[in-house]
Amino acid sequence: MSPLLERLWQALLDTLLMVGASAFLALVLGIPLAVLLVTTSRGGLFEAPHLNRVVGWLVNLFRSVPFLILMVALIPFTRLLVGTSYGVWAAVVPLTIAATPFFARIAEVSLREVDPGLIEAAQAMGCQRRHIVWHVLLAEARPGLVGGFTITLVTLINASAMAGAIGAGGLGDLAYRYGYQRFDSQTMITVIVVLVALVCLLQYGGDRLARGLNRR
Amino acid sequence: MSMNSLTSDFRYFDEAPPERDAPAPSAARASAGVEPQSVHLRFSGLGKRYEGAQGAVQALRGIDLAVRRGEIFGIIGRSGAGKSSLLRTINRLEQPSEGQVLIDGEDIGSYDSERLVALRRRIGMIFQHFNLLSAKTVGENVELPLRVAGVPRERRQRKVEEVLRLVGLESKRDAYPAQLSGGQKQRVGIARALVHDPQILLCDEATSALDPETTQSILALLREINRRLRLTIVLITHEMEVIREICDRVAVLEHGELVEQGPIWQVFGAPRHPATRTLLAPLQQKLPEDLLGQLQNGRRQPNDRLLLELRYTGASDREPDLAGLGAHLGGRVTLLQGGVERIQGRTLGQLLLAVADTPLAAEALRRQALELADSVEVLGYVAAA
Repeated sequence: MSPLLERLWQALLDTLLMVGASAFLALVLGIPLAVLLVTTSRGGLFEAPHLNRVVGWLVNLFRSVPFLILMVALIPFTRLLVGTSYGVWAAVVPLTIAATPFFARIAEVSLREVDPGLIEAAQAMGCQRRHIVWHVLLAEARPGLVGGFTITLVTLINASAMAGAIGAGGLGDLAYRYGYQRFDSQTMITVIVVLVALVCLLQYGGDRLARGLNRR
Repeated sequence: MSMNSLTSDFRYFDEAPPERDAPAPSAARASAGVEPQSVHLRFSGLGKRYEGAQGAVQALRGIDLAVRRGEIFGIIGRSGAGKSSLLRTINRLEQPSEGQVLIDGEDIGSYDSERLVALRRRIGMIFQHFNLLSAKTVGENVELPLRVAGVPRERRQRKVEEVLRLVGLESKRDAYPAQLSGGQKQRVGIARALVHDPQILLCDEATSALDPETTQSILALLREINRRLRLTIVLITHEMEVIREICDRVAVLEHGELVEQGPIWQVFGAPRHPATRTLLAPLQQKLPEDLLGQLQNGRRQPNDRLLLELRYTGASDREPDLAGLGAHLGGRVTLLQGGVERIQGRTLGQLLLAVADTPLAAEALRRQALELADSVEVLGYVAAA
């Protein structure tokens, strides 16, 4: 394998690992956060306006800090969590912390779009609140949640390029160090092509899945 | 409008359900083996207030009402009259601000969340927009109430099959709601509402989103399950046709207050409250425009025609006796317009008669006609054609 291909392969794996791990965590943390945002709001299933305001405020806080700054600001926390502030796993921490509120807000919109009549029908048939969250809110919002997760994935690929700044590797880092600092346009163009292909593939897969899940 | 009401009036003569043809004096229609007098559901001093941004809104006030076991009880009113809120207090989707809802004599206001869930499983509900879960198949939708109640899978499957057969949709079990027509969706809604073998079925404008033909078939289905399962049905609607079609008794709601209630024949035959009359207006015949224009108070020519409006309210056993009318009124009697229907074994209707070439004066004619109708109104004279 040529050195370029070898570097490219490693960078791709790093990107996929960073994006995959943080996307998984954003999904696992973001869905409950979105459910919390929706159900604790006024008139919601678990109405708790104070909690809702605090959570909403926290989400906004993390959403408003640019990723590059967030990443640097989180270094002490990252070191506490993974033992190092350098490398792929160290990048997963800020990526997750940035992606979770991002995805939670998008998921919140999908959950809010569920017809209140369905919630009423579920209550009338003797569903308890946890049943309503599972069988009505999450099940009915599934196509929207898949669409929102696809957007989150693409945004994560974008953000992961910046993670090169803390030595995380990945495609962005490769393009920056070879393509920009060494004027190696071949690497630059190859990386761009790979990134475009990756994003297109993800978007295509996400769209198909969302369409397949949509029974409306 | 009048053509419409004519055709629907006369339909009863062709395909009247048997018990509507029962002899008149048997009062409330006694459905198969149901004790008509036992109270299933009672509202007592019920009120509901909403605290809005512009102060409180009183949606319901002082509602006292009893629904009998096994009857189909209709609640009608204009939009915003409070019928939806009233219906929802029965399964406590709506919390009353004052008063009580008693089911089998028990105040459901005191129920904790566990008993409330148990109560809701005894009360089925169907909706105007069906409210089916789009991500679940027909079978899964119907199964859901049992699933969340922890019913074992095998019993669930059997029950789902049974209720789908009851509503005639056993072949659609694996379809998604989006693949069904409106009528089929409402059938799924009904199946879902029946899957727990409820004692009460609440219908929230269940046919308002359906076309007339589908409405008929859904109403027929509701009537059938009312008889077969001996279910008490409470329905709200803004359409008097729906009330006439299937209800035993009706309550009229206006601005959150109960203004009139009674058996269908009574409310239709002799509405007492203006709100009821307004709701009934589309079903009633008006004096045709051409006659209205010619109407004059006194007779000008000897052969002017006197217009009489005769009403049959169902309160007596008077029926439109055409030969009798001719004989009683003397002269030439013409039927200009008319609508007669049988509701709950009673004859209701109105006839517009023109009487010409009669020696009798208007008042004498009125008195003569009154012997053959429940009420008679002299509308005036029109010049002979």
